[in-house]
Amino acid sequence: MSLSGERHALRKFTDRAFSASCVLATIIALVPLFGILYYVAARGIQGINLDFFTQLPKPVGETGGGMANAIVGTLKLVGLASVMGIPPGVLAGIYLAEFGQTRTGSVVRFSADVLSGIPSITVGIFVYSLVVLASKTFSAFAGALALAVIMLPTVTRTTEELLRLVPESLREAALGLGVPKWRATLRVMLRTAAPGIAVGIMLAVARVAGETAPLLFTAFSNRFWSDSWNEPTASLPVQIYTYAVSPFEDWHRQAWAAALVLVSLVLILNISARILVRNRVKKQ
Amino acid sequence: MERKHTDREYDRELDTLREQILLMGAKVEEMVKNALLAFETRNVELARQTIAMDRQIDLLEIDIDEMCIKVLARRQPVASDLRFVMMTFKHVTDLERIGDLGVNMCERVLELGERVVLRDAAAAVVRMGSVAQQMLHDALDAFVASDAHKAQEVIRRDQQVDNYYAQLFPELVTSMMQDPSLVSQATKLQSLGKYIERVADHATNLAEMVVYMVNGQDVRHHAAEANREN
Amino acid sequence: MSLSLEPPDAPVLAVSRGAAEGKSSPSASEGRSPSTSEIALNTKANTKMRAENLSAYFGKSQVLKGIALPILEKKVTAIIGPSGCGKSTFIRCLNRMHEVVPNAHVSGEVTLDGLNVYGRDIDPVRLRRRVGMVFQKPNPFPTMSIRDNVLAGLRLNGIRVNDAESRVERALHQVALWDEVKDGLDRAGTSLSGGQQQRLCIARSLAMEPEVILMDEPCSALDPIATARVEELIHELRADYTIVIVTHNMQQAARVANYTAFFYLGEVVEFGKTDAIFTHPKQRRTEDYITGRFG
Repeated sequence: MSLSGERHALRKFTDRAFSASCVLATIIALVPLFGILYYVAARGIQGINLDFFTQLPKPVGETGGGMANAIVGTLKLVGLASVMGIPPGVLAGIYLAEFGQTRTGSVVRFSADVLSGIPSITVGIFVYSLVVLASKTFSAFAGALALAVIMLPTVTRTTEELLRLVPESLREAALGLGVPKWRATLRVMLRTAAPGIAVGIMLAVARVAGETAPLLFTAFSNRFWSDSWNEPTASLPVQIYTYAVSPFEDWHRQAWAAALVLVSLVLILNISARILVRNRVKKQ
Repeated sequence: MERKHTDREYDRELDTLREQILLMGAKVEEMVKNALLAFETRNVELARQTIAMDRQIDLLEIDIDEMCIKVLARRQPVASDLRFVMMTFKHVTDLERIGDLGVNMCERVLELGERVVLRDAAAAVVRMGSVAQQMLHDALDAFVASDAHKAQEVIRRDQQVDNYYAQLFPELVTSMMQDPSLVSQATKLQSLGKYIERVADHATNLAEMVVYMVNGQDVRHHAAEANREN
Repeated sequence: MSLSLEPPDAPVLAVSRGAAEGKSSPSASEGRSPSTSEIALNTKANTKMRAENLSAYFGKSQVLKGIALPILEKKVTAIIGPSGCGKSTFIRCLNRMHEVVPNAHVSGEVTLDGLNVYGRDIDPVRLRRRVGMVFQKPNPFPTMSIRDNVLAGLRLNGIRVNDAESRVERALHQVALWDEVKDGLDRAGTSLSGGQQQRLCIARSLAMEPEVILMDEPCSALDPIATARVEELIHELRADYTIVIVTHNMQQAARVANYTAFFYLGEVVEFGKTDAIFTHPKQRRTEDYITGRFG
């Protein structure tokens, strides 16, 4: 039997054609990403100046001013949302990883999946009726709560998936040393999965940083500084929305700048997540 | 019959080993039989032919030894398989010695030639020979059938052969003293008696090994005890 | 070749009922396994652990059926048998790891120095500090360095010791790993080769100063040289620790163990000195298994 032949040439060609189309598809998939980045950067850079970061918005009609309060507001909202959403999410993830086979576990998992599918605007309305109406005011607290609810299922599922990836042999090793079960879960299983979970959490945070719809009903907006958590609070996404649909040229420019800042924030979160993981892995 | 090894090749190797050792046993038995027959009938030609058989025995010894080593290296046998291989290994030595004894007997036959004297002593040697020959035969049978009882029984008969030899030796000495011209013949007869006694001893060894192989019980050097138990 | 089953004179086991039949019975001894009181041993060693009428279940499925077996102090006992015979389940019953699996439970007794470890007020966690375990696949903790791995048992249990460094050194010396790693104790536990990792896991167990070490097929994932090193280690550890080793490699049992138990379908078919088992076993099934006549 000879080792070469027509069949071989045909196969080689097919192989190459397939590889080429994969590369092409990848390029097509990457085009929107780079397109957006470029466009936002190009349009946004014009609006970036010191004022943007330090000044409050000017009254309607006037040019100039900045988005200092929106930037701070976003940071406040995302920060509080993380505090409220991450611990329950991680704990629920641990529960699912340990007891996920039981019926209760399946119910919990199903609920988390459904929750992650609920449109963010619905979550916003929910928090609106629960908190805003009851407290009779828009507030950063309500906004953070809405974001936390959105973040929760992602954190839960990430934690669960990553814990499951940790080999059972490590748990057995710990148990074999006479370590009690819960300590084995926390100090061995969780610790091993920690880098991956950290990445998952950061991605969840990055995602909610850009949510606009829920904030419309909860944190609303504010032209001035919000002193307490119980006041309407400005945030970058809402501010972009408000400025973009306005008729003012100046505001459009500021909206682009805000978009650039938001995208940069998301990028920074993503990249730091990767760096953190790599450092952790290198240390090992 | 017992089960087969999961690896059939192993079974084949052990079967081949068994065939070869049985073949060697059969040839050695034949040599002894012929040697005794040649003595009884003063058949010099038969003696010569029998001496020539020893070559085959030697070749078989080399082959079987090599096979045993290969099985040990390849299979790391345990329990009954191990006992079988080890005993086969040792059987070969005893069988080869018996073959050599057969040759020695034939050489004495050649030396004696066609002369017929010392009838009584000669008859005694023939009787002794037949017992020893039977012992060898039974020991080999016991090996084939893995029959420990038969083997024990062979071990008992060794005493008989020893008794025969104990009787023969003084008789020959007496004959030699009465008629010095018989010395040459008498010493040859005495040698024959000695060889036969040693054949019986080797047959006993073979039987003891069969007992170990079957029972896992080492009865060597305890023959008296073993007889007493039974 | 048929097999006679008359008891040899080698000092092993007093015969249990039904074991000494005449020549021809191919399925020599049927019926229940002997209880440990029937296994009289001609030996000066004490019994460190003992299983008495031990049965183990996964849900409704019974995996061990009334096991009775002594584990002698400072001796190596090997458990051999075909897949699914219950040998891993058995040693996991010795340190109560079996019940960690959901729906698994146990009946009967396992005693350690005479005390039933399945008693009501016995803490399995404390038991496992006296009865350590080494697993089939080496499993050093990936987030910890070599030093931390050795001390893991102590650290994870919140046990503070003054002489941590010397403990690490002692444990690593015991497993003949010290010279190989002494310059890199901060390297990750997983940066070592398979054989070294397994020895590290043994060191980790030793650092807890157990009395009994259970080994569940410790060499199956290792190459022959690493295996030989671990076996050498077992020889050395024998002087100070009681060892129980499960292995599917019969030659390994023959090499390292003082006593061997042959398990089949959840029962002990035969137990005795290793040399006797491998030269003239008393039970037909044992003979068939070790000579490769199974299946």
